[in-house]
Amino acid sequence: MAERAPPRHSQVAVGDELPPLAMPPVSRLTLALYCGASGDHNPLHVDQDFARAAGLGDVVAHGMLVMAYMGRTLTNWVPQAAIREFGTRFQAMTRVGDAITCTARITHKHTDGHTVSVTVEARDQRGELKAAGEALIALPP
Amino acid sequence: MLDRKFIGYTSAPFTTEVERGRLRFFAKAIGETDLIYTDEAAARRAGHPDLPVPPTFFFCLEMDRPEPYGWFDDLGVELPKVLHGEQRFQYHRLAHAGDRLRFESTVVDLYAKKGGLLEFLVQDNRITNQRDELVAEFRRTIVIRHG
Repeated sequence: MAERAPPRHSQVAVGDELPPLAMPPVSRLTLALYCGASGDHNPLHVDQDFARAAGLGDVVAHGMLVMAYMGRTLTNWVPQAAIREFGTRFQAMTRVGDAITCTARITHKHTDGHTVSVTVEARDQRGELKAAGEALIALPP
Repeated sequence: MLDRKFIGYTSAPFTTEVERGRLRFFAKAIGETDLIYTDEAAARRAGHPDLPVPPTFFFCLEMDRPEPYGWFDDLGVELPKVLHGEQRFQYHRLAHAGDRLRFESTVVDLYAKKGGLLEFLVQDNRITNQRDELVAEFRRTIVIRHG
C-alpha cells in the first residue's frame, strides 16, 4: 500500500494486472453510509418509495460508490499523487446484493518513460460490467 | 428538452474546508483499509501533512454546497430522471484535511441521443486551494431519461 515502494516504469509491462479488489455485496446500510459520508443525498439511492416512483423498482447504488472502489484499486497499487487522470463511464446500475469486484491492467506504456495507461473495470458477481474506466498513472522511471 | 442556452451556466463559486471527520466517514463508507486515509500518524509517515482527500472525494465535496441540486432546478432537470453517465478527474496536486477548496462549476455541453429519449448534461468543475493553486478538475456527465 502507501508505504510500499511503487512499481517502476522500467519494470512494468503492457498486460500486467493490478491486484484486484473484491468488495462484499452492497447492502442498504452500504448505501446509507455512502449517502451520509459522500454528501450525495439523492433519494434514488436510499429511499425505496422514491426509486419506485422514478420507475427503477428499487434503490440503485451511487455510481460514485463504484468509482470509489475503482479508485481504491489504483491507490492500493501506487501512492495517490501518482494518479494524473481517472475517469469512468457508468454502464449498468448496481443494485442491493451486487458484489463488486474491480480489476485493472496496464494497457499502454508511454514513451515519456514514466506514465502508463491503466483500464479499470467494475463487475458484479455475474460478471456484468458496471463501470469501465481508465487512468493515467505516473511511475518512477 | 433542455435549452442549449444553458451551455455556459455557472453555479455560484463555493468554498468548503476539508474536515478529517468527513474523510474518516468516507473511508468507512467505501471500505478503505489503507490507514493513510484514516490515521494522521500513518498519513504523516507516508509524507502527507494530514489525511489526504481520496481521488473521488472531490466530487463529494462539491455536493456540500448549500443547494447541491439547485442547478438542476435552474435548468429544469427533474431529479428522478437523472443518472450519472460518466465522471472524469484530472489531478494536479493533492489536497488534505484542513485545506479550503473552492469550486467553480460550468455547464459546457448539452446534447440528446435516441431521438431525445436521453439527454446529456456535461458540467466542468475547477478546484483551487487556499493558496490559489489548481488542485483538480472534474467533468461530470449527467443522463436525463425521458419516457
